[in-house]
Amino acid sequence: MSYNPMELMIACAARLLEDGKTVAVGTGAPCAAAMLAQRTASPNLVIFFEAGGVAPQLPTMPISVGDSRTFYKGAMATSMADVMETCQRGLMDYTFLGGAQIDAYGNLNSTVIGTDYKKPKVRLPGSGGANDLASFCWRILVVTSHDKRRFVDKLDFLTTPGYLTGPGAREAAGLAPGTGPYRVITDLAILGYHDQTKRMEVISLHPGVTLDQVRQNTSFEVGVREPLQTTKPPTEQELKILREEVDPHRYIIGRC
Amino acid sequence: MTTPQGQLFSDPSANRARDKFRAKSKALVDKVSSVSDAVARLVHDGDYLAIGGFGGARLPTAIVHEIVRQKKQNLRFAGHTATHDFQILCAGNLTGRGQLLARVENAYSVGLEARGLSPHARRVIESGAVECTEWSNYALAVRFKAAAMGLPFLPCRSMLGTDTFRQSAARTITCPFTGETLTALPALYPDVAAIHVHEADRFGNCRIRGTTVADLDLARAALRLIITCERLIPTEEIRNDPSRTDIPFYCVDAVCEVPFGSYPGNMPYEYFSDEAHLKQWLQVEQDLEAFKEFLEEYIFGMRDFHEYLQLCGGLPRLQELRRQELLLHLGK
Repeated sequence: MSYNPMELMIACAARLLEDGKTVAVGTGAPCAAAMLAQRTASPNLVIFFEAGGVAPQLPTMPISVGDSRTFYKGAMATSMADVMETCQRGLMDYTFLGGAQIDAYGNLNSTVIGTDYKKPKVRLPGSGGANDLASFCWRILVVTSHDKRRFVDKLDFLTTPGYLTGPGAREAAGLAPGTGPYRVITDLAILGYHDQTKRMEVISLHPGVTLDQVRQNTSFEVGVREPLQTTKPPTEQELKILREEVDPHRYIIGRC
Repeated sequence: MTTPQGQLFSDPSANRARDKFRAKSKALVDKVSSVSDAVARLVHDGDYLAIGGFGGARLPTAIVHEIVRQKKQNLRFAGHTATHDFQILCAGNLTGRGQLLARVENAYSVGLEARGLSPHARRVIESGAVECTEWSNYALAVRFKAAAMGLPFLPCRSMLGTDTFRQSAARTITCPFTGETLTALPALYPDVAAIHVHEADRFGNCRIRGTTVADLDLARAALRLIITCERLIPTEEIRNDPSRTDIPFYCVDAVCEVPFGSYPGNMPYEYFSDEAHLKQWLQVEQDLEAFKEFLEEYIFGMRDFHEYLQLCGGLPRLQELRRQELLLHLGK
């Protein structure tokens, strides 16, 4: 069955979310991934939204992280502080984040484009809850398109912490030990982080994608984890659920 | 870690806040007010303003419109989960009516989540005329919480190691028990806050359904508080089940009954967001002259929020949004 890059990314992300774990999601692809995971291998995945929605039975894709879908038939509708403090206490296994720029250590920029903070070329929304979630959750996941403008050598602004400047930097800054970036899922590959250097490396190439293509679309030097894998395409079952149940109006999977 | 570069835009002193809270009347009196009177009386030029809800959900739209309509100047603003509310406030900058926003403590603004960035909010911030500092959503929630607790600061474990911290006015401290580095967040006591709720009585006892975001702390942190509600309810109803009161009367300075008051935002269990109208705002903002005309029609030309609702399609449109909220359109 043919599929588009967004469907592949969502399927890859969904497979990472284990049953019985917790995930803090936003709208868009991460929410679709969590919904798909619940309908496949992880029916007991617990979904949180930062505005206070806990364990909803999502009837449709939310438009806002704070809209009423995020707690539809949920276990609890609470405060943002309650959700964030659940993360700060160490109960949140995964979170999905994004940004206009990401560097080799998984640090993210969603604040400004341009290096003069006071007079930016483009003003972006800022951290929102991203800095908090990246500080508190055990494993940070990023789903993003892969190009040189996004995968940069140096961020214009470090909004949200990845591994900061490298090994030990998160802990030195005061961030909770054992937390940090885990996977980056792009339209070209699945990337992880080297155990020692904490720099991004390719784990798996999507079908038909070459390592050269990944390198040409990444501004920093990207490593390879051997043996390099090929990503399993979405199964017919995954695509059927994604298209018929998760995103029947193609709000997310139509974005390609 | 280097000391952040940002200035604090408000006074974190718990003692000075105590004096102000002491001076307020806590009498159980009728606070029902019109939106225009509440804004005229309780929002002053130069105030520090905070808005409840979550951007496009449970938004006190009527108050935000009225602040723009009354041309309030040089406000400081908590950019906490701010989306359409920030977009409306930005209409008071660069549109020939002085400068409504002067300083913004930003955690999230300018964007409307997946809907995209607001062209006019970008114009306002990118002009460099509004002084900004950076925070995270939880950091601002903690700052409200510190104020609600009557403290000058609270620690937390986010923002560390980032430019968000460097452009904030937070500090790091060492935990006296474990020796760990923590972020110290200054209490935020807004001069005035506006929160939209489902139900309130005439004294200001409020009930919220759905997520509360940061509003329970914000209501307690604010030096003055304006409530808009979907409907006024009898006080007997509050007293029959006081466990359901989310905001007590003594925090509240004005109660304005504004049915459909979160429009074009979502109101849980009442009506969904009007995505078509939000899209219209985003599109018309692209051209500043067209946006000025739009504002004449939709804000300055309106006597009140009710007229705005009529202009946006009135009851038939609101009925459609109610059907969407209740998922009736999915056959539920």
